[in-house]
Amino acid sequence: MKEDPQANGKSAAASVLGPNAVSIVLLVNGEAHALLVEPRTTLAEALRGPLGLTGTKIACNQGACSACSVWLDDLVVASCSVLAIEVGERRITTIEGLAAGEGLHPVQEAFIAHDAVQCGFCTPGMVMSCAALLAENPHPGEAEIQTAISGHLCRCGTYPHVIQAVLALAEAQGD
Amino acid sequence: MEDELPRRREKFPFGLAHLGLDEVEREIPADEPPPLAPNAELTQIGKDIRRWDARNKVTGAALYTVDVHLPGMLHAAVLRSPLPHARIRSLDLSPAAALPGVHAVLTVVEPPADGASMVLRYVGQPVAALAADTPALAEAALRLIRVEYEPLPFVVDLDGARRADAPIVYPDSEWQKSPSAGLPAAASDLPITGNIRGPESKGSRGDIGAGFAAAEIVVDGTYDTQVQTHCCLEPHAIVAAWHEDGLDVWMSTQFTAGVRAQLARHFQLPLSRVRVRAEAVGGGFGSKSQIGVYGRTAVALSRLAKAPVRLVHRRDEEQMDSGNRSSSEQHLRIGARRDGTLTAISLHSYGSAGIAFGAGVGNMVTALYRCPHVESRQYDVFTHAGPACAMRGPGNTQGAFALEQGIDELAEKLAMDPLALRDVIDPSPVRREERRMGAESIGWTRCQPPGADQGPVKRGMGMAQSLWSANVQTNAACELRLWRDGRVEVLSSVQDIGTGVGTVLAQVVAEELGLQPEDIQVRIGDTEFPSGPPSYGSRTTASITPPARTAAWQIKEALFRSVASAWQVDPQRLTVQDGWIHLRDAPQQRISWQEATATLRTDRISAVAGRSDDYAGFRSRSGDAAMALNDLGGVQFAEVAVDTETGVIRVERVVAVQDCGRPINPLQIESQVQGGVLMGVSYALLEERILDIHTGWMLNPNLVDYKLTGAWDTPQIEVILLENYQGFSATDAYGIAEPANIATAAAIANAVYNAIGVRMRSLPMTPAKVLHALGAVSGGPH
Ligand code: FES
Ligand code: FES
Repeated sequence: MKEDPQANGKSAAASVLGPNAVSIVLLVNGEAHALLVEPRTTLAEALRGPLGLTGTKIACNQGACSACSVWLDDLVVASCSVLAIEVGERRITTIEGLAAGEGLHPVQEAFIAHDAVQCGFCTPGMVMSCAALLAENPHPGEAEIQTAISGHLCRCGTYPHVIQAVLALAEAQGD
Repeated sequence: MEDELPRRREKFPFGLAHLGLDEVEREIPADEPPPLAPNAELTQIGKDIRRWDARNKVTGAALYTVDVHLPGMLHAAVLRSPLPHARIRSLDLSPAAALPGVHAVLTVVEPPADGASMVLRYVGQPVAALAADTPALAEAALRLIRVEYEPLPFVVDLDGARRADAPIVYPDSEWQKSPSAGLPAAASDLPITGNIRGPESKGSRGDIGAGFAAAEIVVDGTYDTQVQTHCCLEPHAIVAAWHEDGLDVWMSTQFTAGVRAQLARHFQLPLSRVRVRAEAVGGGFGSKSQIGVYGRTAVALSRLAKAPVRLVHRRDEEQMDSGNRSSSEQHLRIGARRDGTLTAISLHSYGSAGIAFGAGVGNMVTALYRCPHVESRQYDVFTHAGPACAMRGPGNTQGAFALEQGIDELAEKLAMDPLALRDVIDPSPVRREERRMGAESIGWTRCQPPGADQGPVKRGMGMAQSLWSANVQTNAACELRLWRDGRVEVLSSVQDIGTGVGTVLAQVVAEELGLQPEDIQVRIGDTEFPSGPPSYGSRTTASITPPARTAAWQIKEALFRSVASAWQVDPQRLTVQDGWIHLRDAPQQRISWQEATATLRTDRISAVAGRSDDYAGFRSRSGDAAMALNDLGGVQFAEVAVDTETGVIRVERVVAVQDCGRPINPLQIESQVQGGVLMGVSYALLEERILDIHTGWMLNPNLVDYKLTGAWDTPQIEVILLENYQGFSATDAYGIAEPANIATAAAIANAVYNAIGVRMRSLPMTPAKVLHALGAVSGGPH
């Protein structure tokens, strides 16, 4: 794992830390970032603050809405409910790192095509859950999609279009 | 002023498209475009064009206020009242101010004019605020502020607040300083006795006694609706940067231009020195309409600290102190003759907006149905609870829950079908057609008598109607810029809170200019651009699309003049299509868009257009707000399954038939209607702010215990859109947000009755209430 001196410098300059700051390395979207964080810093805070990855949203900060969903290896987690210091060497994937290169992930394309986005605040988390579902099960049915997003809250009411978008992908993908 | 401008007469398409269109002649301002053809003849308008900002939103690139980070930015924290009613004996900010890293501390609660000590009136009311280097430091500094509270007697429930010996929220005339819940009907000069203010009786008419004397059938009932909170996923947020030249603000707001005006007034700055930006807004359902105490606090902290300040509500602050939908206790009586004609409607309602006023719910009973004698008496009951504010269809959503159940009850007594009764009493031809279409779609003929299903799970079907005025903001403008390199920009301060207004603007401009929506650069959410309308009152599309089209048309005319002078022809002979400008009568003479714009004399030309009056005039106007002659009717049908053993209601299907004039982007409208329906399902079954009557604290100030619909509670939703042309403006388009929410809970309640044969008159319809209503358990909730 390689340290990213730039990220390190940025974080040290940008924040005032408590007495017990801990030095950690986070592997985010394929890059290693060295950080100094207070033990109480959540993964969501670390991503949004020192790492500047604001695509991950905090809405409830309590594990109730899934707006902050990211992947730890292949697992979807609520990053507001994970401490940055407990991530260890697991690979973190955020919405910014979901698509490879310039293009979009198929789930992102489908969300656009089916208008599964309104205010968009819940959307990054919703996209991460749907992409994880499809990685595990390329042909989910409606009930499986509902289960996959059952922890997400969307006040704008995008659920029907989210389900439609993922169903369309499930049906389009060949084996 | 407008009357003095030259006008011309034009013929507009008129009527419901699916029934065949007529024509209507209107007189329109000479500088506005000719009538827009019906959607069937257009290429961009009426099409499911992709949302303009969807890419940014699915990649996480969209910038919300909570994502704004300015150099040197400080973090605010707010000290809030732990008591529902208290006098502040002493307040010492100095220990907090002395903490290194704290840059500004101030008192938020305002002292009464007479110099008496400050009084707090709800748990969560801001007392003081500060700005510090980090959020953690700010929270820590709050704990250093020393406050001595003198607890005072309080009351947070509606019944308690109405008792003669109830603790009084506002002594004497102090209530006049209380916030209005933001409803236009909230009159300010009503009598007050104890905590009860009113009645407000707008829309009352006739002689109610005579009306009931003439009735052959009377139904009456009492309906309760709960307090609902907005629950925008992006909390209320502001980043304020006070600097020598003025004020720069980022805010998660439904009205950038309105916030600018409020800030300019409050801080005595010229409008031109205040800039408000909102790039992406994470939802707004009424509560983000004003600058608010929190917004002013952030600005004051920034001025004091001489640094940018970020203030973002935690979720508990969001739940306790960012507004809510007021409650109601509605006593409804309806009198009718045997043929269904209504003779009298009386609605006495007591509602609490907490320390605010404006809890009236009288609009539905006074305006929805034909009835000669109507008595509306709307009382505000002050309680020691956080102030309500407008929320998606304010008043009408609560009102529909009672009125539409009352009408169904009447239909049953008259042995009439609920749809047939509404055909008799509802004057709206649009809703009549909506009822027909909705009934067909849901299969209304399958509707059984109440409680007919035999097993423990009983299914039922119901419907309800909505009414919302077609609102227009006249202070709404849009600029079109055309660059010599062919680029087109549409600019307005109007904000996109998730409605897709940016897409709609691109469509309207592209249609007029013969381009593609993706060719149009949408630049909105910034008060440096012409003032756009608010995103509330379902008025955004109606207010901003006509000026956008007018400005585009004016730019097109200017470009035609430029090309025509190069070609030495009459500009009238030019037209544009698919990116080519050509002669109408000789299409082979043509020039591409880029070549055409290269003929411009200057690098950039611009046209700014404002919202003119509706071509047939307005029904009413006050200040910048006007009401169009039409209403936005909607009818919703619901199918439910009620488990009579557990009391759980499942909404299985909703058919929503809606009118928003000319639909510009049906897919986005469908999204918004689904959102309105889901918020209605949530209101009907799950949501309720619960206050502890012993402490005044909210017991569910989070998203764990305050329940919202999730994917599993989502019914199958079918959206049917009318295409309704009236020739009222350059686009003839209206809003949809609120109409889509108003009828849902009422339709579900009627369906529940149809399923179990027992009326649910209290929201939310929880399993406990259902079981109690069925007599399956004794005692009772609530
Ligand atoms: S913000 Fe993490 S679950 Fe809501
Ligand atoms: S799109 Fe607004 S909360 Fe989901």
